[in-house]
Amino acid sequence: MSEKGDSKPGFLEPGIVAPDFELKSSPREMIKLRDLRGKPVILAFYPNDFSPVCGDQMALYNEVLPEFKKYDAELLGISVDSAWCHGAYAKEKNLHFRLLADFEPKGEVARKYGAYRAQDGTEERALFVIDRDGVIHWSYLSPIDTNPGADGILDALDSLREKEQREADVSTANASRPDNTSEARP
Amino acid sequence: MSPRLRKAVDADDHSTGPEDAPITLVEYGDFECPHCGRAYPIVKAVQDQLGNQLRFVFRNFPISESHPHAENAAEASEAAAVQDRYWQMHDMLFENQNALEDVDLVSYAEEIGLDVERFERELENGTYTNDVAEDFSTGVRSGVNGTPTFFVNGERFDGDWTDPSVFAQSLLDAS
Repeated sequence: MSEKGDSKPGFLEPGIVAPDFELKSSPREMIKLRDLRGKPVILAFYPNDFSPVCGDQMALYNEVLPEFKKYDAELLGISVDSAWCHGAYAKEKNLHFRLLADFEPKGEVARKYGAYRAQDGTEERALFVIDRDGVIHWSYLSPIDTNPGADGILDALDSLREKEQREADVSTANASRPDNTSEARP
Repeated sequence: MSPRLRKAVDADDHSTGPEDAPITLVEYGDFECPHCGRAYPIVKAVQDQLGNQLRFVFRNFPISESHPHAENAAEASEAAAVQDRYWQMHDMLFENQNALEDVDLVSYAEEIGLDVERFERELENGTYTNDVAEDFSTGVRSGVNGTPTFFVNGERFDGDWTDPSVFAQSLLDAS
């Protein structure tokens, strides 16, 4: 990953609620982003199945899955390819995570995230880490021909974990202060 | 700016060339990966060209779901390392990328003069599984995005490595 990603008008930044969507994860199964609330979600938009660079990226993430699991995070790959194409691709690469078909209307979800690449009719190579409440914690737009790796995602999961820890500490501290509860007020 | 190596080269690494060489080249690679196989003679040529100016370090980055023999090959190299034959095994594996079944690994161990009984036992017991996983993990954290990925004096090298003289010049320029 380069230190600074590309920029693009409309590309969703941290702090924004991740737009909800419902997409096919196989010819017969749908997945709804909202249903994944409660765990961090990694969305990896990529241009196409079977193209050599993204092959490497998805194959890499496949190997890093055990690390992502340590953060309780769910990885979803998304491209404009159909569910059938995703199935063939996942089988060839032995992928153990779900690929979503942003197929009809083509690229609709990517457009909501500012991650559609109209000039090529594909998705950008874009990463989002979404927190347990569905808010974007980190986003990164990679140069299209560069595999962004997994270091940025793992750093984002680290910082998300630290943030959650700080919030938990604050709420514990507040809960233990008797003057902070309405019952304790005179 | 390119990502940087998050784990410095240390005594646990497999390295060849002077410790105080002006250029340290680290490769994260997979013994079954065809691109790494392609890089193998190129790195050798660069080593010849740069001589004592270069220290070369190899770390494991097996893409196991695509390369089913890569993990065992990596562990075999570690098993050879404890018997002081790391580079012999490293070379043997790359020169025989298409024959990395366990029986092949054992025959290479014999060929380079390892204590084969110990080698087999350690492979069986997964003695080096954690070492290989540790390499993989430091690689991911350092921005390894495929194999091979090179780092030159700690910085990821995103340039062209496919031509030995161009690669050697890039390394000189970076030092």
